This record gives sequence, structure tokens and C-alpha cells, in this order.
Amino acid sequence: MRELPQWVDVIVVPVVSLLLAAVISALVILAIGEDPVLALQTMVSGALGSSYGWGYTLYYTTNFIFTGLAVSVAFQARLFNIGGEGQAMVGGLGLALACLYLPLPHWILALPVAMLAAFIFGAAWAALPAWLQARRGSHVVITTIMFNFIAAALLNYLLVNALRPPDSMDPATAQFPGGTHLPTLADLFAVFGIGFAKSAPVNVSLIVALAACFGVWLLMWRTRLGFALRAYGNSETAASYAGISPYRMIMVAMLISGGLSGCMAINNVMGEAERLVLNATEGAGFIGIAVALMGRSHPVGVILAALLFGFLFQGGAELALWTSIPRELIVVIQALVILFTGALDNMVRGGIGFVRDVAHTLREAPERQGKG
Amino acid sequence: MDASTIIEILNSSVRLATPLLLACLAGLYSERAGIFDIGLEGKMLTAAFFSAAVAVASGSAWLGLLAGVVSALALSGLHGVASITFRGNQLISGVALNFLAAGMTVLVAQSWFGQGGRTPSLQAGARFTPVDLPFARALADTPVVGPVYSGFVSGHTLLVYIAVLAVPLTWWVLYRTRLGLRLRAVGENPGAVDTAGVSVIRLRYMAVAICGVLCGIAGSHMATALQAGFVKDMTAGRGFIALAALIFAKWRPWQALGACLLFGFLEAVAVRYQNLSLGGITIPVQLMDALPYILTVIILAGFVGKAIPPAAGGIPYSKEA
Repeated sequence: MRELPQWVDVIVVPVVSLLLAAVISALVILAIGEDPVLALQTMVSGALGSSYGWGYTLYYTTNFIFTGLAVSVAFQARLFNIGGEGQAMVGGLGLALACLYLPLPHWILALPVAMLAAFIFGAAWAALPAWLQARRGSHVVITTIMFNFIAAALLNYLLVNALRPPDSMDPATAQFPGGTHLPTLADLFAVFGIGFAKSAPVNVSLIVALAACFGVWLLMWRTRLGFALRAYGNSETAASYAGISPYRMIMVAMLISGGLSGCMAINNVMGEAERLVLNATEGAGFIGIAVALMGRSHPVGVILAALLFGFLFQGGAELALWTSIPRELIVVIQALVILFTGALDNMVRGGIGFVRDVAHTLREAPERQGKG
Repeated sequence: MDASTIIEILNSSVRLATPLLLACLAGLYSERAGIFDIGLEGKMLTAAFFSAAVAVASGSAWLGLLAGVVSALALSGLHGVASITFRGNQLISGVALNFLAAGMTVLVAQSWFGQGGRTPSLQAGARFTPVDLPFARALADTPVVGPVYSGFVSGHTLLVYIAVLAVPLTWWVLYRTRLGLRLRAVGENPGAVDTAGVSVIRLRYMAVAICGVLCGIAGSHMATALQAGFVKDMTAGRGFIALAALIFAKWRPWQALGACLLFGFLEAVAVRYQNLSLGGITIPVQLMDALPYILTVIILAGFVGKAIPPAAGGIPYSKEA
């Protein structure tokens, strides 16, 4: 089989994977005795049919852009960071501490400070697994999994025993002070006189997330460091030969990755809840894996895949509300996307290549007959 | 703390260690043959659901066990197709399987039973009940022997004994049989196995299948012996603790038994004492929960003897390469 052209690799492979996932999901819905067409309609109207629906879809999209970028940056250096969930949790902790204990009178000031705190905490949570991989050869996948569980236990402890206000039963921090309130998209749109659902949680973090995509693109494709990272990801031996330090690449890639996961907190903790609650990440760290695989570890792909998962997440919530299909359908779709774009990638490619070769043969066959 | 409390904690350690041990041995076969499996959790969860569902419907714990094993085998097959046949990324496949299990169990449970992602509670006949070993009753009142034999050794469910017996069996298979030698070889140097005319693909599928069977028993134990039925996400990270135990044990069967008993003990203590106080220092329950993971990271760091995985682990095998 010949190599597939790049446009097939970038566009056709993910789209075919997505279609496969969609077909199987439809079969699953049929098998549990529900109507897949109705399910899709419910999801589309719930997630995209109103500015309120869009408000939630884009809110989830923002989360997934951060975690998807995080996984992508690590992927570029051929590191599989499964620890996005834990890093996002600890990033939330850093952000909450900054919002609660630093004097931040206005969001213009609060946003960069809190984001920096979230980045540092998220990066710090990735630092030990990174160091263990770089210096001791401990597999980063296993250590980041372990660190997810340790993060959950740590957050649980801190929220129950240390950060919970004395008069509250809820394992959560106090409400953040008013100065840290981020403007919602409705507030921003109102400046331009455009109406948007006021109760939807999408906020200025979406713009920050898009800026982060641009930043990652600049870093990975327009700087010396990004080149070194990608070179290391392509061939460790070649990179070492060129004088690129594997230790440095692993540390840099994982710290950026952890930091980006941590930055998700500006959306879910600062933008939406305005306090740190238990399990604030809701699995977004893991969805980042699907987003990065689907988006081919490129910022543009990540935006599109994050939007898709934002739609699925909000659509899934609507589905659970209006039909008897549980929200877990989204987890199944997520699993199928990871399976087809990640693990069964060779199967999908092989299938596409086979179809192309058959088409090629069919096209050439009459010509050859004519000549003969 | 009196003798009966100690016996009670030990008993509960063994019960809680059983699914860990089975899953850990499952991972051992797979990873020793060069197939990383971070999908142990998903296979256990799937088996837990299907064993409970079939046990509810049929009233038989044995049919439940069979269903659990078959369902876990199906997921193993998928992992095999992705990682052996199509030479995909084994870690990503494992992640996908975990999510597939987490989603599908709830979806199917809701569709079959309509109780919000759980099965109805199992009646007595549909569960594995404690087995009394011979003379357990007669010896119960003897000092020392009584509490140890009747109170601790006897009175577990059959699956607990199967799990414990699986340890020497695994040791024997791995180190004393031709199959074991080949399985270990295929995880260290598949090229050599291939050169010797033995099918790498077949061996690896076999290892993945054994892994499925053991995960199936592990999940069934959770739903039909440890508890009476399936609830959403009931494995709650035990597949990952088993993975941690596997690394802790450095991929060896007897050490796996030790690691799982240790982690089972930690869980038993955490369940019994919400906040354990030792000589004035209170150990929060969250630390007990996190301890297996922390210990594994320390082992992985190589400060207490280095944990070196099988050399060909995670690398798809292709003849051309």
C-alpha cells in the first residue's frame, strides 16, 4: 500500500473515523430501543438551536480546547500525558488560592494572575512524572495515571479539611470575591449591542483559549524550541544527534502540557462556578485525549474537535433531559472516537487506502483493455 | 485492638484484595507477553455488569460468572485486534476500552433494568456465598487454630480461593512450562520467538485472552460476591490499583500476591477507620486512598529497586521491522 497524501491523512481519516463512531453509536441507540434520528435532532436543537445552547456548547468547548492542546503538545514530543485530569484539578487549586487570597480588584488583573497560578500549579503537577520519565525512565503514562488519583485524593482532603468555610457542609471553597468575576460572552456581546443568552456560562475564557491555540501554533511551528520538540517527537536518536537534550524536551513538553491543562480552571472554576468544588473537571482532562487524537495534535484540529465534543457534551445533557438515553452515551461516543482515531488508526487508513486502490484499478482497467 | 478485630480486618483485606489480585495477574500475562493493558479497569467493570445482569435474570451466580468472563473476553478481543492485528497504540486502545466500558455498562443497565444504571439487588442464590472449609465448624472453638483456620482461612467465597490458587499456577505456567517461556520471550524479544518459528501473533492473542478471563472473574467477584449487584462505576479505579500492584510486584506472580494483599489491607483499613489515629497523628482517609498510587510512584522512581517492564512491552510487532 502506498502512503496516503497529506490531505487524506489530515481530513479524510478523522472524518471517516468520526463517521464510524457515529454509525456504531446509532446502532447502540437502536439496540437500546431508542430512535437515533430523534436523538440527533434533540442533540442538535439542544446544543446549537439557541444562543443558550450555544452558550453551553462553547463553554464546554473552551474546557476541551485547553485539555486538547495540553495532550497535543505532549503528543508532538511523543509523550502520552494521561494526567490532564489531575493537572486540571491542581490547576483549579492554584487558581482558587490566587482568587481567594490575592487582592484582585478587577478581572483584567485577576484573569492573568489567576491563569498564571493555574498554569504553575498544573505544570507543577506534571513536573514529577516528567522528571521521572526524563531521569529515571519511569513510564509517563503510568505515573500520570497515578498522579490523577493522587490529585483527586489531595483535592478531596483540602476541600473537606482546609478550604471549606467553617459554616458550610459542602466540600468546596468559599465564593470568590466579586473582583474576580469574569465577563460572560453575553456581557461582551452586549458592548456591541448583540443579544446572547445571559444565563449561559460561556465567558471570556473562550477568547483566551483561542489565543492559547494561536500561541501553541506559534510555539510549535515558528520557534526553535517548537522545532526541537517536534524533532524529538519524530526521532529521539536524530534529535539527540543534533544536540537536542531529551531531558530538556521531556520536561518542557510536559510542563507546557500540564500548564495548559491547569489553565482550563479559568473557565470551569473562575468563569463558571466562581469557587472550587469537588470534581470540578468532570472528565474534561480525559476528553482532551480524544480531542487531540481527532484534531491530529494541531491547534486548528483541536479547535474543531473541541467544538465537536462541546456539542456532544451539551447535546448529551439535553438528551438525558428529554429522552431516556443516559448521558453516558457521550462517554461511549468518546470511547469510539478514541478507538478509531487512536488505536484503530491503521485499520481506518488501510480501509481508505484499499478503497482508493480499488477505485484506481477500476479507472485504469478500461484504458488497459483499450490498449490491448 | 483485640484478636477478633484483627481477624476481621484481615478477612476484609483478603476479600478486597481478591479482585485486585485477579486483575493484577491478568495484567501480568498480558504485559509479560508485550501487550500493555491499561484497560483492566474497563474489563472488570464490564464483567461486573454482565455477571450481575445475568445472575439477576437467571438466578445463578455461575451463569453470571460465565457472562462476566465472556464479556471481558470480548473487550480483550477488541484490544487484541487493535494492538496486535492492526498494530495500534496499546495505551490508547486501553483508554478507549475503559471509556467504552464506563459508558456501555450504564447505557445497557438503564435499557435493561431502568434503575438509573444499576442492576437490581441479587438474591441469595444468585451470589457466591462463603464456603466452609472442612472441619472449620469443628475447630471453631479451639484456641489459636480456631480463629485462624475457621475465622480467617475458611469462610470466603470460592472466587477468593481461585484467586489465591491462581498465584502458584501462574508462577508454574510462567516459569515451568514451554508456554510460559514463550510468553515471556515474546514480551522481551518477539523477533527471536518469530525466528524460532513460533507465532508471535498467536501467543500474544493467547496472553490477551487469559487476561480477559481473569479480569472477567475479577469483575464477577465484585458484583456477585463482594457486593450484591452492579452499580455505576463500581470498580472505582481498582483496575488501576491492580496495574499499580503489577508494577509494584515488578511483573512477578508471588510479589503480585504480596502487593495486592498490601493494597487490599490499606483499603480495608481505610473503610474501617475513616480517620486513623496513630500515636496522636491522625492519618486522613484520603491519604490511605492515595497510598497505593504514591507507593507505586516511589517504586517506579527506582529508589526502592527499579521496576523494569518487559523489553518489548507496548511495541507492536511486525516482521519487516
